[in-house]
Amino acid sequence: MLKREQAGDIFDRIRKLSTADEVEVHFSGGDFALTRFANNTIHQNVAEENRVVSVRTVFGERTARATTNKFDDDSLRQVVKSSESLAKVQHPDPDLLPVPDAKEALGSERESILVPSRHFEETTNITPEIRAHGVKRIVHVADHHKLTTAGVFSTAESFEGIFNSRGLSQWHIQTLAEISISMMAGDSSGWQKANFPNVANLDPMKLAETAAQKALDSAHPRELPAGKYTVILEPSAVLDMVGFMFFDYSGVAILDQRSFLTGRIGKKIFGDNITITDDVSHPLQTGSPFDGEGVPRCRVPLVEKGVVKRVVYARSTAARMRKSELRDTVGRIESTGHGFPLPNEIGEMPLNIVFASTDQPRTIEEMIRSTAKGVLVTRFWYIREVEPFEKMLTGMTRDGTFLIENGRVQCGIRNFRFNESLLHMLSNVESMSMPSRSSGEESFDMVVPAMKVNDFNFTEVTKF
Amino acid sequence: MKHVANWALNAASARGTSYADVRVVAQRNRALATKNGKVGSASDAESVGMSVRVIVDGAWGFAASSELGRGAVEATAARAVEVARASARVKRGDVRLAPEKPAVAEWSTPYEIDPFSISVEQNIDLLLRIDTELRAVSGITLAETNLNFNREEQWFTSSEGADIHQTKLSTGAGYAAYAFAGNEIQKRSYPNSFGGQWQNKGYELVHELKLLKNARRIAEEAVALHKADQCPEGTFNLILDSSQLGLQIHESIGHPIELDRVLGMEANFAGTSFLTLDKLRKMRYGSDFVNVVADATQQHGPGLGTFGFDDEGVAAQCTPIITNGLFTGYLSSRETAHTIGEKRSGGTLRAEGWNRLPMIRMTNISILPGKKPLSLAELIASTDHAILMQTNRSWSIDDKRYNFQFGCEIGWEIKNGKCVRMVKNPSYSGITTEFWNSMDAICSRDEWTLWGTPNCGKGQPQQVMGTGHGASPARFRKIKVGSAFQN
Repeated sequence: MLKREQAGDIFDRIRKLSTADEVEVHFSGGDFALTRFANNTIHQNVAEENRVVSVRTVFGERTARATTNKFDDDSLRQVVKSSESLAKVQHPDPDLLPVPDAKEALGSERESILVPSRHFEETTNITPEIRAHGVKRIVHVADHHKLTTAGVFSTAESFEGIFNSRGLSQWHIQTLAEISISMMAGDSSGWQKANFPNVANLDPMKLAETAAQKALDSAHPRELPAGKYTVILEPSAVLDMVGFMFFDYSGVAILDQRSFLTGRIGKKIFGDNITITDDVSHPLQTGSPFDGEGVPRCRVPLVEKGVVKRVVYARSTAARMRKSELRDTVGRIESTGHGFPLPNEIGEMPLNIVFASTDQPRTIEEMIRSTAKGVLVTRFWYIREVEPFEKMLTGMTRDGTFLIENGRVQCGIRNFRFNESLLHMLSNVESMSMPSRSSGEESFDMVVPAMKVNDFNFTEVTKF
Repeated sequence: MKHVANWALNAASARGTSYADVRVVAQRNRALATKNGKVGSASDAESVGMSVRVIVDGAWGFAASSELGRGAVEATAARAVEVARASARVKRGDVRLAPEKPAVAEWSTPYEIDPFSISVEQNIDLLLRIDTELRAVSGITLAETNLNFNREEQWFTSSEGADIHQTKLSTGAGYAAYAFAGNEIQKRSYPNSFGGQWQNKGYELVHELKLLKNARRIAEEAVALHKADQCPEGTFNLILDSSQLGLQIHESIGHPIELDRVLGMEANFAGTSFLTLDKLRKMRYGSDFVNVVADATQQHGPGLGTFGFDDEGVAAQCTPIITNGLFTGYLSSRETAHTIGEKRSGGTLRAEGWNRLPMIRMTNISILPGKKPLSLAELIASTDHAILMQTNRSWSIDDKRYNFQFGCEIGWEIKNGKCVRMVKNPSYSGITTEFWNSMDAICSRDEWTLWGTPNCGKGQPQQVMGTGHGASPARFRKIKVGSAFQN
């Protein structure tokens, strides 16, 4: 792990080596370890440490970046030279702003957000032996139920920092522990996954038993015909679907006319029960509280009661939007602290998604009891965008898909392929659970609820 | 780097390993992109590090570090041993490696023009000229271009005496034109979607691709798609262009034949396979026209899956995967070869960079072209009624690699041997083995291209790998078309 003081010293060395008008340096890296198991055996087990320094130099309106993971004098000299050589031959970018100083980064309208500590010694103290012991207990659950298990138990300690030549200095450290478990029977499977900065919040036995029960309960799956069904989507399934729209909540995406929100900001496109915020300070969120230029992340209301309110902006995107002919149609325009490191062509994106609870949240069990006929979905897989403006997605169900009839889970069913529009899906949410911290495989972690959705379009059935 | 490897091997051996290997890797990457007349990404990155893979008490351990000083290297080796001892606490049997004569060798990607020798000014000038050409077409709202160059130099050393120095070079280039109008966004890409075409080659690839020459046509097609009819739904004969067939191969042949997937080793993330060990040399994977190889040798071509040795020191090989429709081969490693009765690894263990564990990956998984001369024009002319689909736009398949759905950027309806109209939003779906068994024609060598997929994801922690896929256009009978848009 690199400490802030060490990074500051390295920044000073880099700055002395540079002839640029401005210099900005990113630091990232840490320690990561992952114990992987399959067939009730640890079959892969890895540990890694790395530190990366990325230097952006600015000459007038020209900028470029060079990166290395070596910190000796020659390597730092070389990375500065690479960045400067690349920057000097760039075409000038009239939209390029000077690097922010700390005061400017905060902005006059910005509310101060306090982010709780996301670094826990309980996580850094996890050793390969402790992870192996955790896996052994998961394997015991599998053996007990005569199932085969596969999954991971990982721990990480990471750092991220930004320094620039106008005195801005940001630093963030974080830990993360994650467990993902698949349980497999002859013709069925179940799955659970969770992660938290503090390993103490993980309950591997509960995850193992839940995944095992899904595998057992979905054995000998029946085949249902494709068609429209009421579905109850567990939070991971919701996360992996909705994750496909957040790349569009970006000022650059609007300017480029590649966003599905083009012409829709200020309009109601989802149901009344959909309210979404980007909030890095939420207690169930993770990640650094600043963006790729060191600007602190704002809390941004993206959707309120189905109405699209705002998108997020990097500094220069906000400046461009204020001059654009679209400026009166896109809601509030301000730098929100969501920019990617410069230079880039994609601008910004919200990464700390929090769905609001409804007035009357329902548990998954309550949603099941209220369903005459439907499908309970544990997770989705291999989701891809089919049509960008209606946000039509396709993908498969996986690892625990069940028929609900007369308010009860009846049996497992063969997996479906869906083709469904997010606009349609989020306009047909009948009920939701309390949002919880969730993790999937197709999108980043979020705070999302389970959802009961009507008329969800399953178009095909696979063979298992 | 020999001294680095020796420090690690000695430190591992002193701690009781029965096997150890070390990879020291130096990577360099240049990435340039433009968007709507401006340079977007402009970056130069290097990453150097080492990793140690060990077997202790019959179980694997792996550790990696960016530090190459003696103390750090020995500590990394010690860490790998500690991890392996922990692995041994939860095992059902010992790791068993197929023998491999240790190689002492040097290998590097053949190339004509070092891409890093081309000035950045020239790179940007080319990209902006393409951008200008794309946006000269009225109706284009977004133009994106990219150029990418990678060099990876690796030193592999093992406790068995292997000592291999390899340098791989790759080049990628492409562009996309978007047209937004009404409530539709249409897109056309060249030479392929999602980053273009990639090969293990030098800058000569950029000249070969004729990027500027095709820009106007591509932009005009993006705009024209708005006026095109929606692709009809139903059961149709289908012709896939070479690049789309390459992705079809990747998803529905390349992944299911990865032996680690078949053995359950990827079950929690990438999934398993509908293939089982007993299906080898028994199952009809495709029609008689289907001949597929996994070929990492230079003779196959400069694919992203071409190398001299894999990342556990096994020489590049050609393995027949499907032979006249019969399933004949898996992708295997030293650890898995014995499960299919092979005495030697198929040489497909590959890792992304220095900090990722090598695992079974595709090399160049290619369908062999038809032996009889057949051009795409002739294939179309011989077809009564079909939909021709070009350039992938979306792809999805289930976790056993059975049910798939693909969408393409553009389609053409063929009637009585002629393309009669352009269609938009074409998509098709099917079941893997049913699909391949419906193939009834494939174009010959002149229409064959070795495509590159630069970012195949697999493993935990996830890593990406470049894979190659050679294909000629081919025809398939009675395929479900338009399922993505059925309502």
